[in-house]
Amino acid sequence: MIDSIHELVPATWAVHAPALLVVIPMLMAPIAALMPAGRIGWMISNFGVFCALVMAIVLVVAVRDSELGYISYHMGGWQPPYGIEFRIDALNSMVLLLVSGVGLLASIFGWSSVKSEINNAKISLFYSAYLVCFTGLCGVAATGDAFNLFVFLEISSIATYVLVALGAGRDRRALPAAINYVLMGTIGASFFVVGVGFLYAATGTLNMADLAARLPDLADNTVVMAGYAFIFVGLGIKAAMFPLHQWLPNAYTYSPSFVTMFLAATATKVAIYALIRFLFTVFGIDFTFEGLSLLWVLMPMGLAAMVACSFQAIFQTDVRRMLAYSSVAQVGYILLGVSIGTAAGVSSGLLHLVNHAVIKGALFMAVAGVLLVHSGARLSDFRGLGRRAPLTMTAFAIAGLSLIGVPLTAGFQSKYALVTALLQNGWWWAAVVVVFTSFLAVIYVGRILEAVFFQAPIGPDTEKKRLPVLVGVPLWAMALTSSWIGVDGGFVIGLANDAAASLFTGDAQ
Amino acid sequence: MSNELLIQAALLLPLAIFVGIYLTGRAQNIREAVTLTGSAALFAVIVAITCRVANGDTPALMLWEAAPGLSFAFKVEPLGAMFAIVASGLWMVNSFYSIGYMRGNKEQHQTRFYMCFALAIFGAMGVALAGNLFTLFVFYEVLTLSTYPLVAHKGDENARRGARIYLMTLLGTSIGFFLVGVILTSAVAGNLDFVPGGLLSSVEGLSPVIASVLLLLFVFGVGKAALMPFHFWLPNAMVAPTPVSALLHAVAVVKAGVFTILKISIYIFGADVLAETGSREFLLGVACFTIVVSSLIALTKDNLKARLAYSTISQLAYITCGAMLADPAGIMGGSLQIAAHAVGKITLFMCAGAIYVATGVQNVSDMRGLGRRMPIIFIAFFIASLSIIGVPPLAGGWAKYQLLQGAADSGMDYVTIVLIVSSLLNIAYLLPIPILALMPPPGSPEPAPFKREGGAPMLTVAAPAFTAVLCFLLFFAVGPLAEFLSPVIGETSAQLHLTGDA
Repeated sequence: MIDSIHELVPATWAVHAPALLVVIPMLMAPIAALMPAGRIGWMISNFGVFCALVMAIVLVVAVRDSELGYISYHMGGWQPPYGIEFRIDALNSMVLLLVSGVGLLASIFGWSSVKSEINNAKISLFYSAYLVCFTGLCGVAATGDAFNLFVFLEISSIATYVLVALGAGRDRRALPAAINYVLMGTIGASFFVVGVGFLYAATGTLNMADLAARLPDLADNTVVMAGYAFIFVGLGIKAAMFPLHQWLPNAYTYSPSFVTMFLAATATKVAIYALIRFLFTVFGIDFTFEGLSLLWVLMPMGLAAMVACSFQAIFQTDVRRMLAYSSVAQVGYILLGVSIGTAAGVSSGLLHLVNHAVIKGALFMAVAGVLLVHSGARLSDFRGLGRRAPLTMTAFAIAGLSLIGVPLTAGFQSKYALVTALLQNGWWWAAVVVVFTSFLAVIYVGRILEAVFFQAPIGPDTEKKRLPVLVGVPLWAMALTSSWIGVDGGFVIGLANDAAASLFTGDAQ
Repeated sequence: MSNELLIQAALLLPLAIFVGIYLTGRAQNIREAVTLTGSAALFAVIVAITCRVANGDTPALMLWEAAPGLSFAFKVEPLGAMFAIVASGLWMVNSFYSIGYMRGNKEQHQTRFYMCFALAIFGAMGVALAGNLFTLFVFYEVLTLSTYPLVAHKGDENARRGARIYLMTLLGTSIGFFLVGVILTSAVAGNLDFVPGGLLSSVEGLSPVIASVLLLLFVFGVGKAALMPFHFWLPNAMVAPTPVSALLHAVAVVKAGVFTILKISIYIFGADVLAETGSREFLLGVACFTIVVSSLIALTKDNLKARLAYSTISQLAYITCGAMLADPAGIMGGSLQIAAHAVGKITLFMCAGAIYVATGVQNVSDMRGLGRRMPIIFIAFFIASLSIIGVPPLAGGWAKYQLLQGAADSGMDYVTIVLIVSSLLNIAYLLPIPILALMPPPGSPEPAPFKREGGAPMLTVAAPAFTAVLCFLLFFAVGPLAEFLSPVIGETSAQLHLTGDA
């Protein structure tokens, strides 16, 4: 199917796909902001994100068919390493496909959700901010230039702060959450840019491929090491790596439903992508894992996130908060997979990155549907919803089971790949922890499902209210995608394997 | 028809019936006709598959790969074919019974009831025909989920509580232990296929600790086998309408559990590896404990269905016990017990349901003298009881005999004693029921009058009478059956005893 979409796009456009992917949503953002009615803003946002999705599909096919295994696009015709280069390989084409796919579903889903939660006068601006945020995330994933990556990271972050703060219309606690996020996010970005500065000072280049070529000679250089530490911590904050995740639960709990859903599925994922890009491509596997034995940093932090945040999730009473802690735990799974440092391990981490984006997207969409049609998002509000909102809750249950890792769901695929990779590497104790935290997931997901399907509603049994079609369709699209990956994971597993392989081919980048 | 087509038919027919029942839900008679013709067609397909297996063929079907190493594949061997025959054949009988019971009892939501039944049979067929552990696990879960609405059928507080315990226990054990075992197996052996002689036997340098852990994960993870301490879901599932208890909680669901244990013992471990696995003797002890203790609990139960449920737990443990003997005769005994106990226990449950429909009586103590009014029912009950106890010439006799043989062959003296004690206990809790009903002591009060005019519906009497006759027939058919199963077990003395050529 992706091949036929690829053929529909004219070749002259396809050549510029890396640039168009970022430029179209960026140009749409100011146009959306100028629109008087939120409805038109919504349409523009859909259009921009849809174009990006088409370009992402084009890139996936183009990378697959390319001889080098990557596509290099020179912004404005300036030759790298002097000009800005967009370099698309199997890894970032996968991330771009994920971000734009989730972005389109989120944008469609915004119609009802944003209208009910955001002040009418601000809806066009809201979509504008969304498009900026989307642009930034795509830019981070597409660029091959370290400083350009920082710029896009800040574009997306600043838009995100605005989006989170807009939750204040529903709950005033969104404001402190946004401030907290601004502070943490800015610290993270500053660390990152300081690190990039150190690398520039040591090597005199900002192009990632160029950096990768020059850094091995400077492996003992203290400046490089300091830069490495700054970049690691900076991106770690953005990726909500334990214990740098404190901004995340509040931001997810109090921002508008739309924003929560989009951020949970994409923002941390893109930051993890950037982290992987720096660890594997820029610094190289030898430097990262042998020189600095980062294994002993990443792996324990991954395990700690899985255990600690799963426990925290169990004790939450707000469903969104519970899912937010679960997100941090899932970041732990991804990092654990990456920390194995083998192709199979990184592939399992990347697989979980995609699967978790789909799963969490579906879960937060279902919660948004509940907020829209029924009462709040506390656990007690979910009691008896199985009867009153059967469609929404069935989709929620599918995604919830996927979060646990029940066979035939996406979550099983990635946990299976992860456990297999761990056992291959002889880390049976880490596999035991994965199984143990899956148990914890059974408990916290089970608490919600039990309330939904087995407990009687507290309030009077109001009549069934219909879920808006534009919430139901993206929600089910997400839920069915997660089932599809679970039943026939060949496509996504193939993407993850290719992406992991591209990191290990050495001089490709 | 090609082998692939037959397996596809066996899997798709229950789904087609599921859809058919939904579409014809308004017209009761047509809906029932869909169930009956569908189940007959399924039975015919399974018989065709079994004939091919009997001729030494192994029908197989490969669908697709969910992930590298995890494929949906089917491969039929004798044990699975036997389980499929038992489940689909008794589904047909039970469908007649259900119609009589559900109409006679004026139950609600009958369309949903029949739909879930068809889905459960879909799960059972998948378990029976699965070609690897992953496929088996998936269908095992289909079976769990599709039977949950059946257990909760009544919809009152009690039924929902029972159904919740049912779902939580079966899902919890299967995901917590069974699935872990599956993943561990795939990590150790590289794939999950069922291999004659045992998948693990080809793994070099298999650590005995891992083998022991795997066996524990599997045997306790298969919660449907109702081994103590994960047995409590079964008595709780008795809140379901009696046809559900009869087919699912005496045949399809619980037999899927013990079938899985047998299948794992034979095709994943293999007799040689199993015999050297350390945790085997511990599990044998647990099975023996379950046999005796649940029989003792059954003695204390006055509610007929509860008594039968504990009896089922005890009889299922026989099969686990047979598998854990890791001895040809033990495995043969366990396999025969699957068929023999299925026929016997479904008769007992169907009798209990007929009594309930006719009189509303559920407690054993209220049944004195009832046999005068319902002679066929209690005679069928009597025959099935004897079969469960293991008296020749009834089906159960051969299974117990083979198990005793297996215990003796493997030198496990205490198992022999347990089996004999258990048979005595079976007599104590089963036989008094029909005997007191048919021949009440003088001076006992008159039993309650029929609640329903005309007593039990005809179909609810005919079905148990038919299966009681099956208990007889199975005794004489054991020779061909043992021969049919012999490829599973290999050349042994066991099969010689039964085929009579010794």
